[in-house]
Amino acid sequence: MRKKHSRHEWRSNTLPALVMVGPVTFILAFLVVVPLIFVAVMSFCQTDEYYNVVFKFTTENYAKLISPDYLKIYAQSLVIALITTILCILLGYPFSYIIARTKSKKKRILYMLVIIPFWTNSLIRIYGWRSFLGSSGWLNSILMKLNIISEPLELLYKTGSTVLGMVYCLIPFMILPLYTAIEKLDTSLLEASSDLGAKPYKTFFEVIIPLTSGGIFSGSIMVFIPCLGYFFVSNILGGGNTDMIGNLIERQFKSANNWPLGAALSIILIVVTLLLVKGYQKLGGDMEDLGV
Amino acid sequence: MGYIVEIEGVNKLYGSNHVVKDLNLKVEEGEFLTLLGSSGCGKTTTLRMIAGFEEPTSGSIKVEGENIEEKEPFERNVNTVFQSYALFPHKTIFDNIAYGLKMKKVPKPEIKKRVTEMMKLVQLEGFEKRYPSQLSGGQKQRVAIARALINKPRVLLLDEPLGALDLKLRKQMQLELKRLQKKLNITFIYVTHDQEEALTMSDRIAIMHDGILDQLGTPTEIYEKPATKFVATFIGETNIFDGTVSFVKDNEVQVMVENGIISGLGDDFRFGEYMTVSVRPEKMKYSDTPVDGFSIVGTVKDYVYVGSVIKCIVALPNGNELKLERLAGQSLPKLGSYVYPYWNKEDAVLIHSRENSIFEALDNIMLA
Repeated sequence: MRKKHSRHEWRSNTLPALVMVGPVTFILAFLVVVPLIFVAVMSFCQTDEYYNVVFKFTTENYAKLISPDYLKIYAQSLVIALITTILCILLGYPFSYIIARTKSKKKRILYMLVIIPFWTNSLIRIYGWRSFLGSSGWLNSILMKLNIISEPLELLYKTGSTVLGMVYCLIPFMILPLYTAIEKLDTSLLEASSDLGAKPYKTFFEVIIPLTSGGIFSGSIMVFIPCLGYFFVSNILGGGNTDMIGNLIERQFKSANNWPLGAALSIILIVVTLLLVKGYQKLGGDMEDLGV
Repeated sequence: MGYIVEIEGVNKLYGSNHVVKDLNLKVEEGEFLTLLGSSGCGKTTTLRMIAGFEEPTSGSIKVEGENIEEKEPFERNVNTVFQSYALFPHKTIFDNIAYGLKMKKVPKPEIKKRVTEMMKLVQLEGFEKRYPSQLSGGQKQRVAIARALINKPRVLLLDEPLGALDLKLRKQMQLELKRLQKKLNITFIYVTHDQEEALTMSDRIAIMHDGILDQLGTPTEIYEKPATKFVATFIGETNIFDGTVSFVKDNEVQVMVENGIISGLGDDFRFGEYMTVSVRPEKMKYSDTPVDGFSIVGTVKDYVYVGSVIKCIVALPNGNELKLERLAGQSLPKLGSYVYPYWNKEDAVLIHSRENSIFEALDNIMLA
């Protein structure tokens, strides 16, 4: 009798659970958890003279990370990520507000305009920007044909061009949480504010901003963190003048071929990310808004 | 007495949906006026047009003699108590109530003084530092009222403010609102679908039906002299007879209904006109023998005890039922016996039917 019951239990509960969650668990374990442990272990390894990884414990990699050269790049990364985040808020907020408050079919079209670029590889889109902004690119050719300028403008390989690419790539991650937050906003609160004598800008700062701050915050996290790691944007549009943490990591793994150092850098980036998310939770952020 | 709100020829259309139809309504200063009707009758839309959240498609709205269609809600000297309270969840109770004063840039010490006074008035002392989510429904309601009153509006608009409260609390709040209105001498325009609420609280009631103002009058007028069949059935219980006028002499009208003939008093009725008679259950009488002017007969089918009164159900030959109401202890006909229901002719309300125009149109077609 007991055996029969447990067989029933196996078939109705355990088996479906295994089938449903099993593959995902397997994939996550082997493609995320194991590599992560591998990176963590490697960050404490040494290299021989041919830059082969030698599994011998050392903290030397981490010690290297606090050299002034690196510190400069960290600071530069943080500044670029911060500017990108602020620009994403300033540009994304009005757009999200319009999508969230538009009724009828237009809403879907606007929403799709945010989503569609996702369907093209971001690397290709960034190359697109390079051929648009380059000294013999479209923009310069057009301006020269129109005789507005006589010499091509140097638009690429500056902090500004990197930030432009970052904002372009990351703004959907700002718009989507903002959209969710604004959508949830009860319109009767806006009416109440206006009814009590608040001019539109007052309503904006007194009611709309405080009640959508969760969206602003989660959007900022989702822009700021990837921004530190999007090395290809700074490679292609910054041309090595705007190195970020992501570029450092990429270089250690590729050209410099110093994997343990790259691993240590990666671990630092992961720790910074976790700290930011922790801070977000501490301030009362909702993990679901991050899509976690 | 002057009119504080004047609504003239106001129409409101959402696409092809005609929500408010040619509304004319004048609200007296200091009165408690209720817009009463079932959902979708246009009462809330009317209120929202006064507040400025909706724009009339045509017509004009005046507050204190001044056209306000062009004014934004924040420029109007009216305040609203919202159906769902619409309290700012991120602000304390104090800040919620103080909001209107803060927007007017009133100095801080005065804000503190006036908010404290207002909280005393609505019995919310000690709740200053709490947030709306920490309050009960009734308390939120008080905050919403206090917040709307703090700017001393000339007119307070209330959109079903008691809808979310339970019955006992609702009764209590009805009395409190009425007390507050008398004390502050502010004009209240109150929207509800609850006829009992309207009768208890209002100085005047405006009954709306399908976007049309059916009747405007005191609770007594509305109850005793309903102007349309809708008003008669919407307010209180009544017995309704549809029929055609079969005899007119001076103001005495006899009406042929499905089960016979009934009588009443009314002006401007003509022979053959289609019309409606409404008689309240407490005005109904009965007799064992036919009464002059009445020829309907029915069987006593059932008794229903409702506390202090007894309702007697009389079934008519066509299956319709009449309700008679008696105070408990008064004599009543025996169950199953035949009775001749009648009433004093002045107790019946005779109502011209709107459908007449259709009949006239049909007549014209037939004649042509």
